[in-house]
Amino acid sequence: MLINRDVGELAAPPSARGKAQRLLRAGFIPLVDASVLIAASEFGFAAKEGLTLDLVKDVSWSNIRDRLAFRQFDIAHMLSPMPVASMLGLGSNPSPTITPFSLGRGGNAITLSVNLFERMRNTAGLTENAGALANATALGKTIGQMRERGERLLTLGITYPFSSHNYELRYWLAAGGIDPDRDVKLVVVPPPLTADALQAGAIDGFCVGAPWNMIASERGVGRIVAAKQDIWPMAPEKVIAMRPDWADDNSDTVSRLIVALDAAARWCDRPENHEALAEALTDQRFIAAPVEIIRQVLAGDFSLDAKGNRRIIPNYFIFNRGFANYPKPGHALWIYSQMIRWGQAEFSETALKAAAEAYRPDLYREALGTGPAGEDITMEGNDYHFLDRHLFDPTNMRSYVDNFAVSALKTKTSGGRIA
Amino acid sequence: MVNSDLTILVIDENTIRASIIEEGLHEAGHLHVSIIHEVNGVARIIETLKPDVIIIDIENPNRDMMEHLFQLTRTVSRPIAMFVDRSDSSLIEAAMDAGVSAYVVDGLKKERVKSILDMAVSRFNAFSRLQRELAEAKSALEERKVIERAKGILMKMRGLSEEQAFALLRQTAMNEKKKMADIAQSVVTAAGLLM
Repeated sequence: MLINRDVGELAAPPSARGKAQRLLRAGFIPLVDASVLIAASEFGFAAKEGLTLDLVKDVSWSNIRDRLAFRQFDIAHMLSPMPVASMLGLGSNPSPTITPFSLGRGGNAITLSVNLFERMRNTAGLTENAGALANATALGKTIGQMRERGERLLTLGITYPFSSHNYELRYWLAAGGIDPDRDVKLVVVPPPLTADALQAGAIDGFCVGAPWNMIASERGVGRIVAAKQDIWPMAPEKVIAMRPDWADDNSDTVSRLIVALDAAARWCDRPENHEALAEALTDQRFIAAPVEIIRQVLAGDFSLDAKGNRRIIPNYFIFNRGFANYPKPGHALWIYSQMIRWGQAEFSETALKAAAEAYRPDLYREALGTGPAGEDITMEGNDYHFLDRHLFDPTNMRSYVDNFAVSALKTKTSGGRIA
Repeated sequence: MVNSDLTILVIDENTIRASIIEEGLHEAGHLHVSIIHEVNGVARIIETLKPDVIIIDIENPNRDMMEHLFQLTRTVSRPIAMFVDRSDSSLIEAAMDAGVSAYVVDGLKKERVKSILDMAVSRFNAFSRLQRELAEAKSALEERKVIERAKGILMKMRGLSEEQAFALLRQTAMNEKKKMADIAQSVVTAAGLLM
């Protein structure tokens, strides 16, 4: 017996050799888009794969980034542009970071103060149910009027310099002819403080994830003027991030994790599970927001303001459908295009390659044995439109970025957009 | 006294901890230390102060605001990076465990920053030890108080002496494998319901 066991040990495959890591410390920020990670831990999907997730709530994306880099976390809930920024060496502590799994699409929205929205209605004759683009144009007109009268610049909140919120807010503003670096002032506000900051008049609007837009509108201080779906429905929102060396050393664990997250994502997508999910998310350990608000968010049932104007956004949250969890390198390249557009990064072939490598579909396919048909880098914007109806051709990055009427590349020569 | 020409900015919402760090830095010969307790208006302060090192507590959600600021100031040619040298990971881990993070002007020599960070780490740790001890002392006091009250209740209701009441509480705690303070609390609660 003894001899047999020894032989068995010698013959063991690499994954069984040594101690495979089964307890994973996972950092997260309290947001509804952490649902899949939380559900994996709370509803047995991780346990089924022999994994235990130790979920650690954190207060800032900078902390998440640093704690992942310095091994306090094994995996983390991260903004989709963060691994791209890390691979490009951007930010104050860039350290190699990859993602093999996206946590889904949707969840973001842009909210302006009710006073500002009222002014936009008066200035531009907006209808009650104007679309996202009409709202942006109306804001442009209002900013023009404010400038004529010598009023202060509007201040708008984002959550992090390398965030979908930053790029989505900028995309929306620019589509309305507003230069985000000259015609408004962008500041960072931690998500849980956005509704308070709006109420206190410290900011005039913000772009943030759920449930904070809904909380501002329910309180009667904010008016939702655009949702992520209006800007580009396909953009990945949050991802599961890890260090590439850790992923190499723990390939079996990574596969198990992806299987568990995939099962949890399917579960989260089914409406009949939303009640249980909302109950779990409302816990102090997780989001600690009122359960009714989380229910409404999951249903995409939006109160646009406190007057009772509603908008149902189908697919406001997509946790799994349509390969929403697939980390598509073409999406990482779209993020890179926006970094170039706004002067955070410069174009180079090397950087292009590095950006695409932040997203690791190979790990996803290896674990699940499936993935979407078609290439990983394709033309985007045909089926699911961008707000301004541009098409993104990742193989022609330069002309894509040059074709935007509003961008930091143009601001350099022309000054602000709005005269 | 070697480092006294460096300008250090400490951002900490906890005023007591901030002053403990400030004192430590002064003792180590750093005379240009500024303390702020909230990040409102920090952009202007950084512009005028031009700190070489910024120390900020990790629990401050406004760290993300600082990141944005550094993105912006980078274009005005004030590069600020976190941790000069990634190779010293034990120091960085100790800092994160203690709850300190730091931003350092790019190009500053590692040795000059290390002593400052070491100081911040030890002061942060000392502060949490102090807080823990204070909390423990407080709860010990609370426990003594509740035991006194339970003793009084038992003496009155069951006609026991002080020593007998104490012995009864201790014996019950041992039988139930609970803390004496917990048993005392049940006595006080029950008495509140019954009387």
